[in-house]
This record gives sequence, structure tokens and C-alpha cells, in this order.
Amino acid sequence: MTDATTILDQSPEAGFGDYVALLKPRVMSLVVFTALAGLLVAPVAVHPFVAFCAILFIAIGGGASGALNMWWDADIDQVMNRTKNRPVPAGKISGGEALALGLALSGMSVIMLGLAANWFAAGLLAFTIFFYAVVYTMWLKRSTPQNIVIGGAAGAFPPMIGWAVATGGVSVESVLMFALIFMWTPPHFWALALFMKDDYSNAGVPMLTVTHGRRATRAHILVYTLLLAPLALGIAATSIGGPIYLAASLVLNGLFIRGAIRIWRREETAAEADAYLTEKKFFRFSLSYLFLHFVALLAQAGLAPYGLGGW
Amino acid sequence: MAFRPDHELHKRRFGRNMGLGLVLVAFVALVFGLTIAKVSGGGKIEAFDHTARPSLIPEAEE
Repeated sequence: MTDATTILDQSPEAGFGDYVALLKPRVMSLVVFTALAGLLVAPVAVHPFVAFCAILFIAIGGGASGALNMWWDADIDQVMNRTKNRPVPAGKISGGEALALGLALSGMSVIMLGLAANWFAAGLLAFTIFFYAVVYTMWLKRSTPQNIVIGGAAGAFPPMIGWAVATGGVSVESVLMFALIFMWTPPHFWALALFMKDDYSNAGVPMLTVTHGRRATRAHILVYTLLLAPLALGIAATSIGGPIYLAASLVLNGLFIRGAIRIWRREETAAEADAYLTEKKFFRFSLSYLFLHFVALLAQAGLAPYGLGGW
Repeated sequence: MAFRPDHELHKRRFGRNMGLGLVLVAFVALVFGLTIAKVSGGGKIEAFDHTARPSLIPEAEE
């Protein structure tokens, strides 16, 4: 074996899929879904191809902020089990490349969204990328246990951008869709932090579980879940709500609050004994909770022509 | 003279180039499609041919 082949064998040169992984495709799928929901429930029709392109550019913008996040957080990602195989900590893609891809795609997605839809939506997308990459990743994530609360705003913008693509502005409906995801994020992530115990503490990220203890985190989950319910139900009273949404939201919030109460009541020893079963269930249900709220909104909008729409 | 067999790295590089190529082609198709959607959805579009015509003159207010 020559030296050259040895180097080739050791070289972790990235494949195309590694660059795709840099854009956090799983987060992207949530962005696509919520942005599409925001766009479809809006009262203004959009040309289907323009809508497709707008959603694509919103997704690419979200992916770009993911790449910027991986560039900045490579040191933390290396320590955490959940993230140590990401392309930058795994050594497949250099930090500089992730930064370049993130910046290039950010600029491209914002300009293309502006050209395809309108500059208000593009501005909102630019702000979202800035918020996630700079405010959350660079600033809050490592400095405050409220990182998840404020950082959650970045994930809450997509339906607002989708709405702006159609209407060119903001309204009470889009603000409430924002609020729904914004308030949902803390209980969702804190439940994850409860059973991914050591990951965040090893990485030195000030998660609530690390700074205020697990008891306080359980209480926080309950409080945020209770605050979330009126916001989720409030959407039912707006122009995009209706009986279908109200019924779905009542059931989902009832189940979510029940789960949060269970988490709040549990002692740490009991949780350890069954390997955080309740917390894991709550985390999984939180995904369905958000998904089904938007499905209900879409159903409400889709059934409107058949007389089953809003109030 | 025989070609040297491709290393796994070359395959990966080929895949990457192919992927990027497809992304660029898709982008061109996207911009083309957007142009069509925008132009055909824009209502009546008249080219300017450097001569006055009735549709260019603002209607006199009553």
C-alpha cells in the first residue's frame, strides 16, 4: 500500500448526502409543513408553482440556518451523543465550508423568496435566519437556561412566513400560529432534556435541567403547557378556525395537559426506574400535538368550500 | 495501458458532482417555471413601442 492510498483511505471527504445533512432535513420537514399550512390557510390564493417555490426557498433558508448552527456549534456537537455524527464534528466537512454554504444559501433563499413572492416574506425569512443563527445559536444557547424559550421563536416563524407569502403582511391569525409553535417548543425540548440526561450537561449547555434542576424543569413543562392551551384554542376563534379545529384542539390540549401533569407529579426515582417512559411518551406526543393542530387547520380550510369551514 | 481502478473516493466525488449538477439544473428549471408563472399570471402586459397609444394616456378626470 502506498502512502497516497493510505491518505485516501483515511480521508473523510464528504459525499453529497453529508451536505444535505448539514441542512438538518428533519427540522426542514417541520418548516416545510408549517410554512405550507400558513400559506394554504391564508385567505389569498397563490399560484401553485409560486407557492411551491416559496415553500422551497423557506425550507432552504431554514436549512441554511441549520448549516450556520452546525458551523458555530461543532464543539458542542462533538460532545453530545445525539449530534456527534453530524458532518462537521465527524470531520467530513470543514467548519469553513459549513459557514460558506450557510451564508450562500441564506442569501440565495432570501433573494429568491423576495422575487418569487414578496419582500415582506423575504424580510421575515432573513430575520428568522438571523434569529436562529445569531440570537439563538451564538448568543442565547450558551448563556441562559431560557435558550429554548427564546430560540423557539426561530422555529415558530415559518407559518408566519407562509402567511406573508400569500397576504404580504401579518395578522392576528399568523401571530397566533407563531404563538402556538413558540409556546409548544419549551415543553417539547425540556421533555427531551429530561431523558437525554447527561448530553447537555457534558456539553456545558445551560439547559434548565442542568441549571435549575429536574424538579424545576418538570414544573416549567406544566406551566408552559397550561399557557399554551389558551393560545392553541384561541386560533379557533379567528377566521382560520372553526368547529373541526376547536374539537381537535380541545382533545389535543386535554391530552397534552394530562401528560404534563403526569410529568410534574413524577419523582426522579420513579422516572429512572422505568427509563423515563412518561417523558418519552410526552415528547413523542408533543410532535403529534403540533402536527395535528396544523392538520386540523388545513382540514378546516380544505372543507370550507363544502360548507364545513369556519364559523 | 490499463486504467487504474477507481478508488471509493472517486465514486463519492462523482456522486457529489452529479448531485450539484442536478441541483443547478433544477434551479434553472425553477427560475424558468417562476418566470412563466409570473408572466402568465400578470394579466395584460403590453410592450412599449415608443409611440403614444390610448392605453398609455391617463384618463381625464371628470
